[in-house]
Amino acid sequence: MAIYLQILSNGLMLGALYACLAVGFSLVWGVLNVINMLHGSFIILGGYLTFFAWHLYGIHPVVMLPVVAALMFALGFALQKLVINRVVSAPVLTTLTLTFGLDMILYNAMTYWFTATPRRITLDLGAVHLGSIVLPVDRLVGTGLALAMTLLLYAVMRGSSIGRAIVAVRMDRSAAELMGIRTERIYAITFGIGALMAGVAGVVFATVFPITTNVTGIWLGKAFVVCVVGGLGSVPGALVGGLVLGLVESFAGHWFGPQQAITAGFVLMLVLLLTRPTGLVGVRGYE
Amino acid sequence: MKSGFPLYAAMVAGLLVLATTPLYADNYVVRTAAIVAMYGALATSWNFIGGFTGYPSFSTAAFFGLGAYVGAICQRHGIPMGLAWAIATVVVAAFAALLGGIILRLRGHYFAIGSIAVVELCRLVVSSWSSLTGGGDGLNLPLMAWPPEELMRFFLFVMLGILLASLIATILVDRSRLGFGLRCIHQNEDAAAMVGINTTAYKIAAYTLSAMFCATAGAAYASWTGYIDPTDSFQIVMTVKVVVMALLGGAGTILGPALGAAAFVLLEELFWANFLDWNRAILGVVIVLLIFFLPGGLLSLGMRRLRAAKVGGGQ
Repeated sequence: MAIYLQILSNGLMLGALYACLAVGFSLVWGVLNVINMLHGSFIILGGYLTFFAWHLYGIHPVVMLPVVAALMFALGFALQKLVINRVVSAPVLTTLTLTFGLDMILYNAMTYWFTATPRRITLDLGAVHLGSIVLPVDRLVGTGLALAMTLLLYAVMRGSSIGRAIVAVRMDRSAAELMGIRTERIYAITFGIGALMAGVAGVVFATVFPITTNVTGIWLGKAFVVCVVGGLGSVPGALVGGLVLGLVESFAGHWFGPQQAITAGFVLMLVLLLTRPTGLVGVRGYE
Repeated sequence: MKSGFPLYAAMVAGLLVLATTPLYADNYVVRTAAIVAMYGALATSWNFIGGFTGYPSFSTAAFFGLGAYVGAICQRHGIPMGLAWAIATVVVAAFAALLGGIILRLRGHYFAIGSIAVVELCRLVVSSWSSLTGGGDGLNLPLMAWPPEELMRFFLFVMLGILLASLIATILVDRSRLGFGLRCIHQNEDAAAMVGINTTAYKIAAYTLSAMFCATAGAAYASWTGYIDPTDSFQIVMTVKVVVMALLGGAGTILGPALGAAAFVLLEELFWANFLDWNRAILGVVIVLLIFFLPGGLLSLGMRRLRAAKVGGGQ
């Protein structure tokens, strides 16, 4: 029984990280209808910024969080404004290929400057014992940060006028335009938020997982799965998708071996894609 | 270059240029020609589902990798090379038909994601099924004890053969009811179904065609290199590369994808040779420029000039 409680808590901690990783990707896909192949590299870029600030100048990751967030938002905003907005309403093949091309550039630049050596911040904060369950404190902090940022995004989407404008564009672009919303600008802001959330996920990941350009594809794959499982373009969808994926991976890893954990995630995604393409909490007609 | 004499002339000329490289060039050039032919076959295959039908399929690497593995496993069990390639083709075609029946119900972004997931799933299954596939260690194939020049020439002609077969299939499909139906599905799938096209069967046919030649090429590639492993056989990068090639040449045209493959491979060789550290970024720049400045592909350039010449002549 104790082992299952441990797996459950591991799964939930992992799931919160996955939710934070995927929420920006989901938002961009839902609002812009663009599959952002850059997302994995954005996460790793956020991780590198955090690592080097810590390694070279001794800046604590929590302090770096707002800095990385601001930088990534600026990068995402500029990219959408200058490049992606020109083809944003083209078919999926065009936008996907474009973001893939951009990803090749970013990936190459990061591999060149930082090399592919895995790097990780070790904070050594010890562990908390809850009965028989062991919870490493750095993971707990990461989970807390990931959850807090995800919920903050939810509050922004619900409460601020920018958030309401984004939701309006997502529901009906032309109606939103008639109401005086500048959709091009909303697109750029949305993409900026997507990059920002990826950067935040990178900050958290740098303290939990090794950071290297080799894993950009793996994180991108996770974002796919979380989006399809939870449903597109909503914060609760990403949260549910992330937690479900975290739990499925933890239990599948325990029962079938760690190698099968990733396979289980993809199988889950294919099954849901075919049976419930709107995801577990998605709304029909929103895609 | 829709059809007729200029099309065949261009096709034959292109194939001849590739086929005669052993006569005047060194092994490096012959190898590049074989790679051009291989990617030409892959891009021409993708054209069935991506170009004619307009479904954003990203599963090329899955078919290529499965073909390589089926061929390799057959050859390791003593089946002669040619027969192993044929078995790989048939097995992967059957797999694609079954898979198509399932994932072709998805459209747009969902189909794109589903087809990418197929590549990842194949890679994961192959790397964990160690008893059959050797897992992460990969598989060695029976070595061919031929002199390097002869070996290279042999595989150049094999790849050219596959390219030619895929081109002939493209021409036949283009002129048949199937091709017409696929173009209808591209324009408006619901309307196509309404006028009596069996869209499911047509899409599955296109998907299967897009898999077949990839499988043959994969099996031949495995025999050529003598060693395969899961990471190399199922690459997302390769899948996207093939799509970019087809877009570069002109998706939905007959010769476009093969032409795009040739242009892309030559550019890639050039960048590898001169900018080792930055070749991936340069390819990324090429993709971005392609999307912005050449959305109709290289063939659209020729078309535009032709049209301009016609207008000019009429005045």
